Amino acid sequence: MEQLKLDYKTILSNYIHNQNERNLYIGQNFIKRLIQKNVTPEEVISIHKQALEDIIEDLPEYTIHAYDFLIEVMVHFGLKLKEHQSLLMKQEELRIEMEVAAKIQNTLLETTIPNPEGLDIGMISVPLRKMNGDYVHFMHDHKRFLSIAVTDVVGKGVPAALCMSMVKYGLDTLEYANSNPSYVLEVLNQLIEKSVDDGMFVSMCYGRYDLEKDIFTWSSAGHEPPLYYHSRENAYYDLESKELLLGILPDVKYSQKDIKLNDNDFIILMTDGVTDFRNREEFDPRQYIKELALSCRHLNAQEMCDNIHKQLQVLHNYKLEDDFTIVIIKK
Amino acid sequence: MDINIQFREEGNLLLGLIEGEIDTFTAPILREELEKIELSNEISVELDLSKVSYMDSTGLGVFVAFYKRATKEDVNLKLVNLSTRLTRLFEITGLSELMDIERGGIGHASI
Repeated sequence: MEQLKLDYKTILSNYIHNQNERNLYIGQNFIKRLIQKNVTPEEVISIHKQALEDIIEDLPEYTIHAYDFLIEVMVHFGLKLKEHQSLLMKQEELRIEMEVAAKIQNTLLETTIPNPEGLDIGMISVPLRKMNGDYVHFMHDHKRFLSIAVTDVVGKGVPAALCMSMVKYGLDTLEYANSNPSYVLEVLNQLIEKSVDDGMFVSMCYGRYDLEKDIFTWSSAGHEPPLYYHSRENAYYDLESKELLLGILPDVKYSQKDIKLNDNDFIILMTDGVTDFRNREEFDPRQYIKELALSCRHLNAQEMCDNIHKQLQVLHNYKLEDDFTIVIIKK
Repeated sequence: MDINIQFREEGNLLLGLIEGEIDTFTAPILREELEKIELSNEISVELDLSKVSYMDSTGLGVFVAFYKRATKEDVNLKLVNLSTRLTRLFEITGLSELMDIERGGIGHASI
């Protein structure tokens, strides 16, 4: 500290005698050193006062009083600064924790896209922030049945991610790919309803694909309706349902419907992040997606997903506002 | 974007006019405003959504929470003047079957 005081005196003295850029620059660099050594603002003023007293012998009494006054009032400033620094440190700690949590979530919710014979499956799921509030769960018993769950938890970030882990374990415990979709939703609803608070819920579309008969059986709990493209008719069908979101009421019953898929038919399952055209209200989102998918139906399912995502990113100027998930199954 | 809610009482009916966009950022503000309402089984609540220009699922969460509280307190809650887009949101989530929702038209909740 003594050395710092002496250095400061020299720098200040040089500047008083010659107010050039170089001397000012030296002073600015010196302050950086003081900041590194955690010297408080009031201590800087105190150093300045002492240096000035040494340089100018007959410094008026009132100037010294004025400095003392400034030192006192700057104490509060110094405290605020310390508080700010400690907040920055805490913020950094939280950022690191979030990174770790996101990594854990990625591992937990990792999805492997099955590759059964006779069915082409593609998927893209892109979180808006670090943690994803969307989740896709596949189950394939390597025999006749394959199941797909596309899920969206209300909200984003950490609370959504925690809820999603619960959904994943719920789905895992159901174990069999051949369960009825309506049954799966009923069980999950019970589980979620017991565990979440009032403003929280989950939307899910659950489908089971019979690889022998090419029948897709689906159920929806408040989820964005899937799109079914019937190739022979060259027409889309909206797989609409008015059944309730998961987690709102206990003992909800769900229904299920069958679709027979023929060659070149495809089904698009998605979350509401895909159809949220907040800033492009001149477009009908579902119509737009239908056309996009149609224009790239010659591609395989994965390429279709990637292509639709890319086109929508362009449409929204690379500012998608929600977690974004599309699954395409194509016969 | 801002969210604004104004209330007016008409006998036993509490009318609320919500104005603005309901998304991740404004939903907590709306939630807080709705939580402040003192509910008792002598009143009915009608919320006018005609001036809600955008709502995402976070907004839906706010109304679900408020609906649950209203049901617990035995209070009639009605959402009125929903745009086509909002109506659809309540329909595909199954909430329109559960909650009392009235689309379009001129309601008497205008303030």
